[in-house]
Amino acid sequence: MHPRSAKQREEGKEDRSGLLAALHALQDEHGYVPRAEAMLLSQRMGVPLARIFEVLTFYSYFRVEAPGRVKLSVCLGTSCHLQGGPRLLKELENLLGIEAGAATPDGAFQLNVVRCLGCCGCSPVLMVDDRVYSRVDSADLPGILKRHRPPREEGTTAS
Amino acid sequence: MNPRDLEQTRETQQERQAGFACRIFCCAGTACLSAEGQSVWDALHSAVATHALTDRVEVVRTGCMGLCSRGPLVRVACAHAAPCLYGAVSPMLARLIVTEHVMPALAATEGTFEPPDFLAAHALPADLAFFAAQKRVVLSRIDRADPESIDDAIAHGAYRALAQSLASAEPAALIRQVRDSGLRGRGGGGYPTGTKWGNAARFEASRRFIICNGDEGDPGAYVDRSILEGDPHAVLEGMLLAGYAVGAGRGYLYIRAEYELAVQRVNRAIAQARERGLLGDNVLESGFAFDCSIIAGAGAFVCGEETALIASIEGERGTPRPRPPYPSEHGLWGCPTVINNVETLANIPRIIEQGADWFRSIGTPDSPGTKVFSLAGRTRLAGLLEVPLGTTLADVVETLGGGARSGRPILAVQIGGLSGGLVPAARMQAPLSYEGMSELGAIVGSGGMVVLDDTDDLLDLARFFLRYAVEESCGRCAACRIGTHQLLNLTRGIQRRGATPGDLALIARIAETMEAASLCGLGKAAPRSLMSVIRNWDSLIPRRDAETEEAP
Repeated sequence: MHPRSAKQREEGKEDRSGLLAALHALQDEHGYVPRAEAMLLSQRMGVPLARIFEVLTFYSYFRVEAPGRVKLSVCLGTSCHLQGGPRLLKELENLLGIEAGAATPDGAFQLNVVRCLGCCGCSPVLMVDDRVYSRVDSADLPGILKRHRPPREEGTTAS
Repeated sequence: MNPRDLEQTRETQQERQAGFACRIFCCAGTACLSAEGQSVWDALHSAVATHALTDRVEVVRTGCMGLCSRGPLVRVACAHAAPCLYGAVSPMLARLIVTEHVMPALAATEGTFEPPDFLAAHALPADLAFFAAQKRVVLSRIDRADPESIDDAIAHGAYRALAQSLASAEPAALIRQVRDSGLRGRGGGGYPTGTKWGNAARFEASRRFIICNGDEGDPGAYVDRSILEGDPHAVLEGMLLAGYAVGAGRGYLYIRAEYELAVQRVNRAIAQARERGLLGDNVLESGFAFDCSIIAGAGAFVCGEETALIASIEGERGTPRPRPPYPSEHGLWGCPTVINNVETLANIPRIIEQGADWFRSIGTPDSPGTKVFSLAGRTRLAGLLEVPLGTTLADVVETLGGGARSGRPILAVQIGGLSGGLVPAARMQAPLSYEGMSELGAIVGSGGMVVLDDTDDLLDLARFFLRYAVEESCGRCAACRIGTHQLLNLTRGIQRRGATPGDLALIARIAETMEAASLCGLGKAAPRSLMSVIRNWDSLIPRRDAETEEAP
């Protein structure tokens, strides 16, 4: 079952160990992993670009497209699923006119689904960037969006 | 820092803490912070400063106090007054606690101060079963020490087991002690920890590694997150002891990137431990070298599986590998590697300090010790709790959790997340132990517990888990990649049109195949919730005759 011998594995791989950390650093800086940066990383680490994308696209946390500026993460873990998480998601989709996984056309909001933020005692939970809102009611959403809407920037219209 | 300095620090800190007439503990777990906990903390601080109490009153930030459904939580411990836990504290209430509880209690010179009625109404009963029925071993200092201060952790006994072991125990003796304690992996598998260590130490190698598995992905479980956030030093000490026992010099903590606060607190803990010489080339001046660092996960559920986690650290797609060889023989970069769950590691310092016999005196013969659970769903009280293994599920749900919030009958408890199963209410007398749960087709697992009442749709919940499994299946083995899709489609079909006997037979066959042929736990466990529903709630499955079947 091993495509490579243990010795090859031991020798050939250690240089890729920083890959996940490097991708995290790029995503922290840009909000996603731009292709040009991935190419530079490929040269720097001596890892083929295809290999980098193989890893990049495996992990749902990494993005290859620019996200909206403010990240909305609706928790759909078990507890939130049972106690109104899906309703929050639908309401946000309506309010923003986009589907989960997409950014609003003006690039202001990014709507994501996450699996369990571990706040199951206070379901349903919505995370806005790093701020966690617990026991969110659909009626709270317009207020939360208003509070977090980023100021308009010049030339930031997304496709 | 050497063992004498450690002892010195502990004594100085304990004296300093005893010097305060009153200490106010403010929960700073993610759940309480999400409920305006930060503003409460600010309000307490400014009130204490305004009233010039800073040299008599200390405000302490703590890890998760447990009762997350009543957050933010604030505990007040004054001389001349019984300790008092306030729930759902607002910034306004926080200021009142300082002026109407702390200040009069400080002024009282004799007798026991009682807070005024309007405040007492916000206090949780002193004998609340949620706390009284717990046995706190792993969570012993999470609700009383500042997770961002190594001094506070040391004051509460952190690194004492390490100092003792480095000074006077052979590595082999440590392994023996852990083996004798009967500690089993708390991440889900329940594999004996001592055996794992023994194996890793046995194989010839130039390098060995310790990995802390903090990739807690099971929806409904937040045990590991709370421990990492609330007592990071217990986990680091567990890793150091594991490293000393098996001869490893390097450790990694693999933590989900979504757990931002946990990553932040562990990073701080590592930096503080390095600064004090508790991590590095010469741990506690004993000559033992050990250092560790964090690897942030990237949102792949399957990486909780140990071989997938190793692949991920190596910079690969996180797909599992066939076992054997096991990681204890052939793990990270081909070297012997011990992978232990967060809670398992946090148990280690307690076992080393208090002995295997003490540990065995808790729990059941086959499952010694305690287990931390996160209780959520329809119960009156929800949060983080720790009970001896062998406690019945009914005790946790009814006694600690206070039964159903709505007063409706409880239908089932989902335990162990994606890899667990649904336990019917009629079987809740079953003990929470590795052997007791496996008899019911469930597992203790990572400790997630979601209580369902008769308004919840169990078949829909099974579908929810299957969709999750479809999304998270890494695609490496056919059994899981194809099986999860087939089960999801069949379940959707049943929800829409009802089940034929043929559907149910097919589901059973697919489930059996997945259980037998999947490479890792994700595929093996994915059918479990659906099978629980079919086995236990036959009447909830809509039926139709095979004849009425429409052409596809």
